[in-house]
Amino acid sequence: MPERKKRMITTTINGEEITFLCEPRQTLLEVLRDELGLTGSKEGCGNGNCGACNVLLDGVLVNACLVLAPEVEGRELVTIEGIAPGGELTLLQQKFLEHAALQCGICTPGFIVAAKALLDENPSPTEHDVRLWLAGNLCRCTGYDKIVRAVLDTAAALQAAQTTPTEVA
Amino acid sequence: MMGANPKLDPIRGEGSGNGSRPQPSYKVIGTRPIRPDGVDKVTGRALYGADVRFPDLLHGKVLRSPHARARIRSIDTSQAEALPGVKAVVTGADLPTAEDRFEDLGEGGINLRYLSENVLAHGRVLYHGHPVAAVAAVSPHIAEEALSLIQVDYEVLPPVMTLEEAMAEDAPILLEELRTDEMGERGNRPTNVAAHFRYELGNVEEGFAQADLVVEREFRTQTVHQGYIEPQMATALYDQDGQITIWTSTQGSFSVRSQVAEILQIPVSRIRVVPMEIGGGFGGKITVYLEPVAVLLSRKAGYRPVKLVMSRAEVLMATGPTSGSRIRMKMGATRDGRIVAAEAELVYEAGAFPGSPVGSGAVVLLAPYNIPNVRIDGYDVVVNRPRASAYRAPGGTNAAFASESVVDELARKLGLDPLEFRLKNGAKEGDRMANGLPHPKIGYLETVEAIRNSEHYNAPLEGRGRGRGRGVASGYWGNWGGKSSATAVLNADGTVTLNEASTDIGGTRASIAMQFAESLGIPYEKVKIRVVDTDCVSYNDVTGGSRTTFGTGLAAYELGQKMKAAMIQRLADIWGVSPEEVVYEEMVFSAGENRVTFDEAAKLIERRSTPVMVEAEVYGKKYGPAFSTQCVDVEVDVETGKVTILRYTIAQDAGKAIHPAYVEGQMQGGVAQGVGWALNEEYVYDREGHLLNASLLDYRMPTALDLPMIETLIVEVPNPGHPYGVRGVGEVNIVPPAAALANAIYDAIGVRMTELPMNPARLLEAILAKQAQESTQPA
Repeated sequence: MPERKKRMITTTINGEEITFLCEPRQTLLEVLRDELGLTGSKEGCGNGNCGACNVLLDGVLVNACLVLAPEVEGRELVTIEGIAPGGELTLLQQKFLEHAALQCGICTPGFIVAAKALLDENPSPTEHDVRLWLAGNLCRCTGYDKIVRAVLDTAAALQAAQTTPTEVA
Repeated sequence: MMGANPKLDPIRGEGSGNGSRPQPSYKVIGTRPIRPDGVDKVTGRALYGADVRFPDLLHGKVLRSPHARARIRSIDTSQAEALPGVKAVVTGADLPTAEDRFEDLGEGGINLRYLSENVLAHGRVLYHGHPVAAVAAVSPHIAEEALSLIQVDYEVLPPVMTLEEAMAEDAPILLEELRTDEMGERGNRPTNVAAHFRYELGNVEEGFAQADLVVEREFRTQTVHQGYIEPQMATALYDQDGQITIWTSTQGSFSVRSQVAEILQIPVSRIRVVPMEIGGGFGGKITVYLEPVAVLLSRKAGYRPVKLVMSRAEVLMATGPTSGSRIRMKMGATRDGRIVAAEAELVYEAGAFPGSPVGSGAVVLLAPYNIPNVRIDGYDVVVNRPRASAYRAPGGTNAAFASESVVDELARKLGLDPLEFRLKNGAKEGDRMANGLPHPKIGYLETVEAIRNSEHYNAPLEGRGRGRGRGVASGYWGNWGGKSSATAVLNADGTVTLNEASTDIGGTRASIAMQFAESLGIPYEKVKIRVVDTDCVSYNDVTGGSRTTFGTGLAAYELGQKMKAAMIQRLADIWGVSPEEVVYEEMVFSAGENRVTFDEAAKLIERRSTPVMVEAEVYGKKYGPAFSTQCVDVEVDVETGKVTILRYTIAQDAGKAIHPAYVEGQMQGGVAQGVGWALNEEYVYDREGHLLNASLLDYRMPTALDLPMIETLIVEVPNPGHPYGVRGVGEVNIVPPAAALANAIYDAIGVRMTELPMNPARLLEAILAKQAQESTQPA
């Protein structure tokens, strides 16, 4: 019989310090969704193949279904719910809407978290860079075309904003 | 370079502006607004089926058969029931005996007895993953532990995994009671062939006698899955007063209601189905799997809500898929390029229970062509695989892979451009299809023209015939109209709440709200649209058959007209004039001196007149078929057999694109699925019938890296059966890709692929076979 005794874990999620109880066998995804009510991270496969549960763990893109909940002790998490600080849509989210880069929307949170991680690391990706980076995220509806365009357009807009500082303000 | 035909130019595509043809002056239709549910979906706030939470929620898990075929001697659930935290265990014995009756699910139907047997096994299991029992417990982990404590005594039987095995003289019989439906007559001996039908036009023997060239080939396709990213789930609450609520992600809430009612023999009025956001379906979320089980568990667990969520392995093992098939295709043409005869035999896997899409496959097969002499035989065959369910243009991709490959070969051998060949033989309004029905107004030739005039088709392909190739193929899907119900409520601030029941799988809230706004003459932003549950509106068919923007769009159009009339009537009452005197233009109502804006009217009516709520119930019968013609460039690595897609262009007749961005999305998404089916996806079973690749690592769907940008040319040949000309756009795009890719591969390396998927292993085998053949033949 697996160990069922719960452990207390303290971590930072979307900027807030949070303490939760979990069994050692529970994944981060299960705790986010079932214990903390953060259901924006989706379970599409449960074994790291679809990316629908992508979150940032200390700034690194991970599949929450492959992280055990006790592993996040003392670390910093960003989920789709925390991707827009202050609640205003980020440019990336706005571009997903403008480009109709979603159909059913189940993979969208994962794509947005993954694309944010890409743009944080590489602000001016090529189409190939975007496709390669997002190859860990499955979308069955769009054929990826509009998703890739939304990410490239976001990068271009962010670059343009950086070169013309007056527009940032 | 081909010249453009100005008569056939109703095309809108990215970068091509609005086309040259004058269009009706729409204000909303044809624009690209943000979808109403968009913000919730980019912030993670949208609630899908698995996101449902209740304080006293129990979690369910399903025990599945480890065998492809076995008799169940006994099931002992006592140890599982004794595990602390377990609240209920159910088996097939908890289901009422279902009748032998056919239930139409919208995209295909099923015998209720088999539907019930597919939900929980009754004495026999028929595929690896067949549900045998289910548990509800206080946590999903305890439910899973409980599954391992259920003792099932199986008598394992040899499985029947392939069409050949199933149709062999001495084949083991899957369903003892099954008799062949032989063109309407019931057969008299046990069999695995559930049905045989024939479509016949003219006289094929005479037709082939006129042919100067005959091509005959046999094609095979493998079982594939819809591959929606959201696994099936259901949450049910059986109340102490007998009322049942089901929260689920489905293509049809009313279809779930009727299926659960039939399986559990409960009146529909006691069941409320709440459709949650749905994470993809493609036809696979019409049949119920978990909903009746959740209801049974909820009742047995002391009226607590029970949630069941499938794992990805369960999704692949036990839901979907669509049929593998074997198709023999023979076509004859005259020297001058006229197809004079076609003969085909389509044999489709039904899975464990009858009901493959071979019927619609047979219609799709030759629908793009006007062929005088046709004979098509179709066979529906049961095998020990999960029961086939609808998948985007069910049966169409298999069929078009065969017919469009043979059409390509005929054109090549006749020395004709493949698009010229299609234009010469292409179907027009009034031409009869194989099932004898004439085509209504269609835009097939216009899609061929669109590709022929495209930049892509006219651009030279470097290295063509030396590892690179270009292929084209066309496809048909009949679409569907169905029934829709909706209401619209006028709010005092001049907005409208529109309640409809077609679950939104790809942006249909937007396309429905846009049609309503256009009909009422108000901006899109004034419409608040909601997908409501089965207690809120009358019956509504599934989101399937490419019907929603057409069918529920008809309801939206009617709601707009009715609301306009109701507002005019209320204002006439207030102003003491007759309704005929009230003029409505540019969001202003006026009658003589009286003049109010739309917003003022809404406020005035609420203060001084009867509230405005209108309803529409429609049965859309004049739906318009869809055609798609596609062009693809590939590069084949002859060392590895890997195919790289260099460029892809689609032309599709949308009738009228309400929201062009979502029409393009349907085109691109359908092609992406077709590419997966063509190049990679397949179910792999071992000899004992165990599914070996039940994960998204091994069931290899296309990623962003596998595809290029997909260019779209929206052709608009309006459907006369819709006020804005809408045809369905969802399904047809998946029909041509397999054939287009096969034709491109032939163009690249001279190898004719007749089996899907054309993965590196299969393609390399074909390349090596060709090389071996060439080396034995002196040049």
